[in-house]
Parts: sequence; structure tokens; C-alpha cells
Amino acid sequence: MTLGLYLDFDLESCGKIPLKAKLHIQPRELVALLGPSGSGKTTLLRSLAGLYTEVTGHIQSGNIDWLNSTQKIQIKPEQRSLGMVFQNYALFPHLTALQNVMLPLFKLSKRDANQKALDWLARVHLSGLELRKPHELSGGQRQRVALARALVAEPRLLLLDEPFSAVDQATRHKLRRELALLRHQIEAPTLLVTHDLEEALQLADRICVLHHGQILQVATPDELMSHPRSPTVARLLGMHNLFKGIVKDVSKTQITLDWCGKTLLITTQKTYKVGQTIEWMATPQSLILHRPDRPSNGDKENPIEGRIEELVMLGPHVSISVRPTHAPELPLRFFIPRHFVERQDLRMGMSIFVSLLGEQLHIFD
Amino acid sequence: MEFQALEISFKLAILTSLLLLPIGIALGRFIAWSHRPWVPVLQTLIFLPLVLPPTVLGYYFLVAFSGQAPFGSLWETLFNKSLNFSFEGLLIASIIANLPFSVQPIQHAFSSIDRDLRDAARTCGLNAWQAFFKIELPLIWPGLAGAFVLTFAHTLGEFGVVLMVGGNLSGETRTLSIAIYDQVQAFNLEAAGQMALVLLALAFVSLLLLQGLGQFRQRRKI
Repeated sequence: MTLGLYLDFDLESCGKIPLKAKLHIQPRELVALLGPSGSGKTTLLRSLAGLYTEVTGHIQSGNIDWLNSTQKIQIKPEQRSLGMVFQNYALFPHLTALQNVMLPLFKLSKRDANQKALDWLARVHLSGLELRKPHELSGGQRQRVALARALVAEPRLLLLDEPFSAVDQATRHKLRRELALLRHQIEAPTLLVTHDLEEALQLADRICVLHHGQILQVATPDELMSHPRSPTVARLLGMHNLFKGIVKDVSKTQITLDWCGKTLLITTQKTYKVGQTIEWMATPQSLILHRPDRPSNGDKENPIEGRIEELVMLGPHVSISVRPTHAPELPLRFFIPRHFVERQDLRMGMSIFVSLLGEQLHIFD
Repeated sequence: MEFQALEISFKLAILTSLLLLPIGIALGRFIAWSHRPWVPVLQTLIFLPLVLPPTVLGYYFLVAFSGQAPFGSLWETLFNKSLNFSFEGLLIASIIANLPFSVQPIQHAFSSIDRDLRDAARTCGLNAWQAFFKIELPLIWPGLAGAFVLTFAHTLGEFGVVLMVGGNLSGETRTLSIAIYDQVQAFNLEAAGQMALVLLALAFVSLLLLQGLGQFRQRRKI
């Protein structure tokens, strides 16, 4: 049974909203669809549900065709056996929590449906609130009812459309934890739409970065954060410090890069041609700020001299911006702990050294 | 008090309101949720009776119902009876003249059902009919009740269209409002006054009901 629950799709929009996406999701796998608003996340989700029909291609849930344009197969949403949690939960306002959860079980006998719905309400910690109407529940409780309703009929696919966006921060963290616990009991593949990177990193097995309706990268959270495929992906993930450079020299384990007149050594196994322009990124792990009283060391650590242009206190962290002396138009931005700023008495305008660790610098393909 | 006229008025109002419910649901739901480019045209047509003088409306009914017109002659061959100056003709005219009063509140009720809610019904496995009976109908019923009360009250008070299409045939098309007019013409002000009071009371109660429905709808909104 488990083996049959994979989801495979290859879709292209034939309507006004651009969409081109292809993915295979394993049973029990949770894939986050990450992208800014307007990137087509919700359209993709609605296409998979069959609610948005201006798409061609194929969608397969196990051995069942939900959509197959060449064979002119298009299964209606109500026949796809879906579970879906909507952004504002879309609970039926005239039904109680219990009735909401019982609704997908209308094919079962009333007694069985009742028992199953009660079980699921207990699993999402809502025992005792069965007879409340949606407007008598808090945001978090409503989300739990919606989740129970989506899961009660053992769907072949679980779709979550920004399920945590309508609640406060504290509730959001609690609900995320609950989903992380619950998801191991879910046989079906799950697609989670979110614009929150932290949420995707916490919950997803794989993250699928969407932009203008196109999948830019699908990778595990670690892989994505350490090796974003393109500068666009890196920017969508909120990463800074993306630059261009010209390859000056290549050896087996590293290349020498000319970054606006400054020579950098970057460790890499890949081959590059001398004279080639590459795009590279100083990842957060690659940046080290030196103590003002103990400036630079070896060349391998790529010391960069610069001036502190900005120090912004953000709670326990400080966002710092350093303008390199050799290229003041290309500031390096990163976070450092607040206590470091206070202990070293860092001030704006101060001259300082930053190291770019050659092993941690990322070169885009 | 002319009880026969009161009875005809009531019969006309109740039948009009009842028959308009399914029509109002079909049209209201379609207008609320369809994105077809010609929907505004349909909506304008439905709303025409709201601004047309009842005499103009009545004139077109007379023309359409006559034995020379396709609809009128079809009716005559089917039922062997003329539509003009008959209760059936009055009923059809009344239904069309009351379309805006029925469609408007029902359309509003459907518009207030969120798209996500409709989608949720389908992802819960309900087909279109199941979604209609289990989800849509329970959500729009204040709108339905509003449409019923509004058309009922409006039909009771209808004068121009009734006079044009139905004339003043006692026991067939003489409604209360026609009877009032008739009595005033005959300087029988006391009889007219009694009947006017009945219509006033009915109109007041109907509007009060509508207010109550509006408040109910507001309370239930999440």
C-alpha cells in the first residue's frame, strides 16, 4: 500500500498564470514549496488538487492517473482522495468541529464516521471541543480541525497551503512541532506551501524553490542552504554577498580568483577555465570578522580590509556591513553576535579585517 | 373588506415567492460565481423590472401573452386558454417582475461563500450536488428567506403590472391593491382604508423580518 502512494507530476500551464513544474514525491515524504508570493505555489497546489484546470501534462498518484493530457484523462477533485488544509482553514461555519471532520467520511456509516472523527480530533488534541462551531475556536484550534478533516479519510496526497500563516508566532511554533510529530503517521506524500524559509527548513525532507511558476531547485534543506544552484535561488533564500570574479589560475584543489583586483583562493574540485567569469557567494559560514587588535593572517583565509559601514542591533545579533577598501561598491553583509560588538567596541567607520574562508566559499554552476 | 381580493393577493404572492426560489437560486448562484463575459448583460436584464415603469412592463407582457405572439399562442394551444386577464398570466408576469427582488439577496448570499469553502467541499469528496445540499444551502438560507419575504411583500403591493396584465376580474385577477384603487374611485374610503391598513401591516411585518434576518447573518459570520 505504502509503495503505491507516491506522487509524480509534470505540469505546464495553458492559462494566464505561468507554471512549469515536474517532481516525484515519495510516500511519507514532505516537500515544501517555497517561493515569494506570486511565484505560483498555490496555483501548483490547486492544479494538483484539480481545482485549477488550465494545466496540461500528467499527475499520477501511485498507479492512478489524475491528469493525463495525452489520454484526455482529468479526474475531478472530489474523486482524487485528497486532504487539503487551506490558508484560512475553510472550515464550514455552520458545522461543529466534529461535523467538519466527519464530512469527508459520508460514505461510511454514521457510527463509524463518528468514531473515526472523534479519534482524529483526539489525535490533534481537541477532545472536549467536538461540539464547538468554528467561530467558537481559536486560530490554532481551527487549524487542528482543518488538519484532522484533511487526514481523516486517509488521503492519497496531503496538501497544506500556508497552514501556519494565520496564527500568532507562539501558536505557529507549537503547531509546527505537532505537525513534525504527526507527519510520521501519514502514509501519503505531503506538499507544504510556504513563503517562510525557517518553516521549510524545519519541516521538509526536501525543499522545492519556485519562482515565476518554475521550479528552480529541489534539494534537502542542508544541500539547499550550502549549495543554492543559482544566484536567483540564493537571493530568494535571502542570502547576501553574491559577487562575480575572473578565474586567474587553476589547480587540482583550488582556483585563484580575481575579485575586482583582489586575489582570492577558493577550494573546489570542479574544473574552470582561466579567464572565465564566475559567480560566487560568501556563505555565512565563510565570513570571519577579525578582532581589531589582531588583524589578518595567511593568504588562504583571503583577508579583506574594509570599513564598517553599518551596525544594526537586531536582538542578540548585529547586522554588520563592511565596505572593502579595494571595492567599496560591493559591501559584505553578515551577522555577528552582539557581545562581540560590545566587547571589541566596534563602531561605524572603523577599519577592520574580514576573512573569507576558501573552503566555505560557494561557486555557482 | 374584500376577502376574495385578499385571497387572490395572498395566493399570487405565495406562489410567486415559492416559484421564484429555485429560479432565484439558479440565477443568483450563476451570477455570483460565473466569470463569463456576458454575465453583466444577464444581470442587467434581470434588474430591468426594478427601474421600468410597471405600465411599460405590463405592456410588454400584454403583447407577449397575446394569441398573436409566439409565447401566447403556444400557451393557448397547450392549455386552451388565453394568458391575458387570467390568474396564470398574472402569475407569470409577477414572477418576471419580481426577479430582481429574488435574485439580488440570493446572489449576495452566494457571493459571501468563500471560494476556499467551495474548494474545501470538493477536496472533502463532495460532488456538486452534495456540496449544494450539505454546504451551500445551509449557508445561503438567510438569503433565501430574505428573497422570499421581499418577493412576497412586493407582490402583495404590485399594482401597475397587475392592472395591465390582469385587469380587474373579480375572483380571477382582482387583487387587494386593485380593489383599494377601485373603492377609492367609488368614493368608498372606509373600505379602501381597511384594506390599505392590511397591506401596511403586512409590509411592516415583512420588513421587520428582513431586518431580523440581516442581524442573524451578521452574527453567524466568522
